[in-house]
Amino acid sequence: MEKFKKITSNAIPLPMVNVDTDMIIPKQFLKTIKRTGLGKNLFYELRYNENDVPIDSFVLNQDKYKESKILITGKNFGCGSSREHAPWSILDYGIKCIIASSFADIFYNNCFKNGILPIKLDETEVSKLQKAAENSLSFTIDLENQKISYVEDNKNHEINFDLDKAKKTSLLEGLDDIGLTLAKVNHISGFENRQESKTPWLYSQKIK
Amino acid sequence: MSAPKTLYDKIWNEHLVTNNDDGTSIIYIDRHLVHEVTSPQAFEGLKITNRSVRKPNFTLATADHNIPTTNRDAGISDPESKLQVDTLEENCKEHGITFLSMSDKRQGIVHIIGPEQGFTQPGMTIVCGDSHTSTHGAFGALAWGIGTSEVEHVLATQTLVQTKAKNMQINIKGELPIGVTAKDIVLKIIQTIGTAGGTGYVIEYTGEAIESLTMEGRMTVCNMSIEAGARAGLISPDEKTIEYLEGKPFSPSENEYKFASDYWLSLASDHGAAYDKVIDIDASDIIPQVTWGTSPEDVVSIDGLVPNPEDERDDSKKKSMIRALEYMGLSPNTPLKEVKIDRVFIGSCTNGRIEDLRAASEIARNRKVADHVNAIIVPGSGLVKEQAEREGLDKIFIESGFEWREPGCSMCLAMNADKLKPQERCASTSNRNFEGRQGRGGRTHLMSPAMAAAAAINGRLSDCREI
Repeated sequence: MEKFKKITSNAIPLPMVNVDTDMIIPKQFLKTIKRTGLGKNLFYELRYNENDVPIDSFVLNQDKYKESKILITGKNFGCGSSREHAPWSILDYGIKCIIASSFADIFYNNCFKNGILPIKLDETEVSKLQKAAENSLSFTIDLENQKISYVEDNKNHEINFDLDKAKKTSLLEGLDDIGLTLAKVNHISGFENRQESKTPWLYSQKIK
Repeated sequence: MSAPKTLYDKIWNEHLVTNNDDGTSIIYIDRHLVHEVTSPQAFEGLKITNRSVRKPNFTLATADHNIPTTNRDAGISDPESKLQVDTLEENCKEHGITFLSMSDKRQGIVHIIGPEQGFTQPGMTIVCGDSHTSTHGAFGALAWGIGTSEVEHVLATQTLVQTKAKNMQINIKGELPIGVTAKDIVLKIIQTIGTAGGTGYVIEYTGEAIESLTMEGRMTVCNMSIEAGARAGLISPDEKTIEYLEGKPFSPSENEYKFASDYWLSLASDHGAAYDKVIDIDASDIIPQVTWGTSPEDVVSIDGLVPNPEDERDDSKKKSMIRALEYMGLSPNTPLKEVKIDRVFIGSCTNGRIEDLRAASEIARNRKVADHVNAIIVPGSGLVKEQAEREGLDKIFIESGFEWREPGCSMCLAMNADKLKPQERCASTSNRNFEGRQGRGGRTHLMSPAMAAAAAINGRLSDCREI
């Protein structure tokens, strides 16, 4: 996984609540056996009409947001299906940071596995940022110092955000989670030996 | 004496491999279910890093999301779907994982076949790259959905790195009224706590109404925990659990069974165990439920009206209600029972088990599907289908005008050919009424199998108790 670096970009305002992963990437794009190439289909049904023609009014189709690396959206973002195709499509589009007042658990977790930073803020803060995003202001996301900054009306604004320490480290260092766990393989083997003696049927199970 | 513990506390403690320095824990995963959609990239990851599957025999795979429910002999006509299913089969062969193919009568939706095969057992940790893995919680197994990166993590290490969730108790007190089912309970719960109400929690369902449910009904409740935001739902194991699993292909052998079942019963939450949050719901207040909107929390009783956004004070909620009503083609204050439907889907990991088909067949027996309605029945597995045919349910459905299909996920997520056309309205026993879920522009109303069958007969949303 790539290390998460400081981002400076304008942000896409998407003030919708309960955006589900079906909406982020509809099922017809889940037939792939690759992780890449999903960005063009991100928010497909909001973004294109039945004839595959872009819908001008949808925010991702507006020129000024085409290079944005940040998405600002409503509460319970990423609810529903566990499909990791959702963060894959977001990342493939170029978005590295999502700001919302809350996220669904599985989606939130999947973001960190792909180098995407989901930031939780109070609803009032999120709506302030939404307005700034609508004016296409530039934001800087500094993960190291857990800070969002932007300039509005010649004034500097700074917002701090909370983040679990383990998740922060994983993003900053682009860690290989599996490698880290495999480094503790002795603990795993030890556990298996203990479990097998306590609940042996778990280890003797065979399909009949 | 140690402090009373919940079922969740006990399973967590029993699976703790080690605590990491950063506050996370490595948790052992007893069983891993794999399907074609969320696994190819995980196997590819193993190949790139030259890693192997740690416990192939703790892993069970099948194809369910992408497969046709008609004319199976012709194979899969969609080349992309076929490639995905073939890829799973090859990956399983390469890593020595049991794969139940489309031609195997044990094939079906992962969450139906796990319990059916006894692969699912109390006290286990079970994961799958699918959010409805919460279904297995009905057996007192801690089961949750994961993304593909975690699928790869489990394949390689048989563990996951986790932080412990909070624990919520939802207590359904008293007795369920006649005609009210597990699906109505869980829709009522989601309406009560909302789709984000369970975020950060593992839910344990308790109370007389839960205890009185069959294992099938308990699976329906746990299945939709994720629609309430909780990654896992649990029900403490009891005699029904033990009886259900006895003699199943993967269950402990006869001479181990007593020992195993004593252990399982010891995992039930202790009297007086503390939860972070407790919700009480009176079973007697629940009547058959249906959804009106595009979120599973958009629930009303069948004798109710489509809600009016003007009555909503919260501005963002009001906006999403207006959007949902427009998408659903409904006007505020319309009685639900006047809403005409075009399609009926009975099936899915929520309601594709034998008991669900029996309930639907009771309504269908000696009645006809309304002329303008296309209704399909998709059994959850080959074994459910076989059992239903043994009981003659297929004949009842076919005589009524329902189509009798092959098992799979089908129109729950519409990844195969079974989907709604734009603006078609469907009475569905599945779990999600999201925009486009059953086909672009399709309109989904979630309900129980008896309610969906009643809608098929009347051609509009109906109260199954009035048939």
